[in-house]
Amino acid sequence: MKKQLFALLFALVPFSAMGAVAVDVPYSMTPDLKDQESLQRGMQLYVNYCMGCHSMEHQRFARAAEDFGMPQDLVEDNLIFSSDLAFNDQMHNAMTEEDAANWFGAPAPDLTLHGRLRGGDWLYSYLLTFYKDPSRPTGVNNEVFDLVAMPNVLEPLQGVQEKVCAESDRPMEGAELDTLTGKYQSCDVLQVTQPGSMEPDEFEEAVYDLTNFLVYAGEPSKLQAQALAPKVLIFIFIFGVIGYLLKREYWRDIH
Amino acid sequence: MADNGVNKGRRRFLVGATTVVGAVGAVGVAVPFVASWQPSARARAAGAPVQADVSKLEAGQRMTVEWRGRPVWIINRSPEMIERIEDFDASRLADPDSEEPQQPGYVSGPLRSIRPEIGVLIGICTHLGCSPLFRPEPDAVEVDNWPGGFFCPCHGSFFDLAGRVFRNVPAPTNLEVPPYRFETDDIIIVGEDEETA
Amino acid sequence: MGNPNKAKAERGLMRWVDDRFPATQMVQEHLTKYYAPKNFNFWYFFGSLALLVLVNQILTGVWLTMSYNPSAEGAFASVEYIMRDVEWGWLIRYMHSTGASAFFVVVYLHMFRGLLYGSYKAPRELVWIFGMTIYLLLMAEAFMGYLLPWGQMSYWGAQVIISLFSAIPGIGPDLAQWVRGDFLISGITLNRFFALHVVALPIVILALVVLHLIALHEVGSNNPDGIDIKDKKDESGKPLDGIPFHPYYTVKDIVGVAVFLFVFAVVIFYFPEGGGYFIEKPNFEPANPLKTPDHIAPVWYFTPFYAILRAINFSLFGLDAKFLGVVCMGGAIAVLFVLPWLDRSPVRSMRYKGWMSKVMLALFAVSFVILGILGVLPSTAGRTLLAQVCTLIYFAFFLLMPFYTRLEKTKPVPERVTG
Repeated sequence: MKKQLFALLFALVPFSAMGAVAVDVPYSMTPDLKDQESLQRGMQLYVNYCMGCHSMEHQRFARAAEDFGMPQDLVEDNLIFSSDLAFNDQMHNAMTEEDAANWFGAPAPDLTLHGRLRGGDWLYSYLLTFYKDPSRPTGVNNEVFDLVAMPNVLEPLQGVQEKVCAESDRPMEGAELDTLTGKYQSCDVLQVTQPGSMEPDEFEEAVYDLTNFLVYAGEPSKLQAQALAPKVLIFIFIFGVIGYLLKREYWRDIH
Repeated sequence: MADNGVNKGRRRFLVGATTVVGAVGAVGVAVPFVASWQPSARARAAGAPVQADVSKLEAGQRMTVEWRGRPVWIINRSPEMIERIEDFDASRLADPDSEEPQQPGYVSGPLRSIRPEIGVLIGICTHLGCSPLFRPEPDAVEVDNWPGGFFCPCHGSFFDLAGRVFRNVPAPTNLEVPPYRFETDDIIIVGEDEETA
Repeated sequence: MGNPNKAKAERGLMRWVDDRFPATQMVQEHLTKYYAPKNFNFWYFFGSLALLVLVNQILTGVWLTMSYNPSAEGAFASVEYIMRDVEWGWLIRYMHSTGASAFFVVVYLHMFRGLLYGSYKAPRELVWIFGMTIYLLLMAEAFMGYLLPWGQMSYWGAQVIISLFSAIPGIGPDLAQWVRGDFLISGITLNRFFALHVVALPIVILALVVLHLIALHEVGSNNPDGIDIKDKKDESGKPLDGIPFHPYYTVKDIVGVAVFLFVFAVVIFYFPEGGGYFIEKPNFEPANPLKTPDHIAPVWYFTPFYAILRAINFSLFGLDAKFLGVVCMGGAIAVLFVLPWLDRSPVRSMRYKGWMSKVMLALFAVSFVILGILGVLPSTAGRTLLAQVCTLIYFAFFLLMPFYTRLEKTKPVPERVTG
């Protein structure tokens, strides 16, 4: 038995260093691929605010429609703006790579797999932490992506966010903990100084939906995998139990 | 390893149970492998229904659209053509009443169409896959009393303007009618069935 | 079964076949009359599991080839095509990518079993050498397969490994260029790796698996006691401690297969990226020859050797550190081949070896695991020192073996197998 445990440890060693890969970002989110309404809203935000520059070369409208429970005409009327794109097409953007390179210095990356490349926490934090920085050509900088080339396209919704001296609930670099209130004093606290069309809570929800959609687009098969997994595992378990009874039956012979 | 004390019935049952469950598992594993040969989303996107605008198609003319890599003919049949189809000697046709399942259920009669004047056919000969030629005029081919229709140059099969095959030609069945529906009076969607509402 | 005519017909058919092909004889030699020691324990599951994973890799690999596009322009997109557009493509791809890691898990455990019970010792030297060759080719197979998705890690991982060739004095740079077929890793490299990965190496690996099994069945399986069951036979010539492989070990392996498949399925369905170790995150970005990822780490099964490579940061005997690192890495694998001649102990199994062998094996296993962990982490001065110590232990285990196995006092080996 001791040896078996040792073997198991040996087999699991590769997993033990897993924490090393985690990225340090201020916010976290838990994607919910079953929340079809959130995914629909996220997709709507994506086609309205992101798809002008960022294509999704591998994500088909039709697949999202199927996975989010949206009828074809609804998608065609509300989510497909370009006459060049059909329901079955992938979510290509209209901008050519040369135009993008001229305008922003580099073509905007394709976002199909960004949910897997960066992870939900990073994307969520990134979209929430743009702040005003007049020294930048776009007038904004970002807390998780320093010197970012992308403008804050969600500004009309979020409003203008600035770094101010204030109290914060979460620890951050160089912040002082006020032991009385349990809050942190820092001059790097992000605060909306000119309101946008959404309240901060509302905006966080919108960014959650958008991030949820990006995470979905990275691996649409996850929905199928999660639906199938319990059935497969139960089947293998039953097979194992019968196999074990068979083994025990035959091994009665061996003394 | 002697047989003494062995419960043969139990042993046979467990062997059977393991075999059955194992076989079910093998079939289960085979399903994804077999199903992955189905047309992929890309193939299905390329094979999606196509639209055709027939507003500029004059009587007696034919247009061709591509659907799933095959030519689909849309023919605007003039009243004379319709008359010739309906009056043609049915005994010279192999399947005059379209009994073979070469057309969707909502298409029937000698004209094999939803609207009498608009005929929709897949332009592939049912013999060996050549694309027949359009010969709409009477006497355009050397056949007695030719009603107008299609002639396949590869092996000499004849079809009338509704795609019905003649007797004693190599092609075994009528030309196929694809699923189609009218979105408006002028727009045909090829590849989608008429709504059965 | 109850039908005598049917049974007779079956016997007739079998006789017809046997007159033309030794079917019954082969089944007997390798299954029903292949006598395996009755005291196999947990460690003896991994051979049959390796065979199972091999079948999985070949089957899923053939299916992936049907939709994969081996070109620099199309490779990355075709993997996403498989993941999204092909029905069930995601499952087949994950079975293959997870299978690669599973292969190394079972093979490492299988090899450790060999070290533990002395399965490499006479007369099983060839069994061990065939096995080691399979392991070596498996590493080549996995390395080439990892380039095929044409992601950032595919590209830069291959870049690093191929650059190792350039460390060889004199011919190195030309050799690396010859392997790439280009001045950088390009579609040309991808194409030849594809050919080797899907055609050449699998054929050779399959042939070696056959040789491995033929050699094993010729000399018979070892066991946890490391004693020869053929020494004690009953009057009919069957080993007293042997039992027919079929049905006893086939039914036992069914249990092992079920447990393995359960874990395998959990990973495929819930953690196909293996926490970033089976499919590394930078691989979700297409290969870009102009931009190196922040941190390049090989896939986990190569990391012990990668850590050895990085541990050598000093020059010695006029050889530069880069070349020396490559030599050590190559040596770490090469030394495994001569293991049967390094072990001078009169006994096979660790159960009857002395304390020195036991300590050395434990140290070796721990060092190997530590090296594996160090290989995925960015290097620091402290980690490099640790890697150097572990490298030293790794080699000491092998190179000192002729001495400590002869010096130590062994325990008496029982006549018959124990529990």
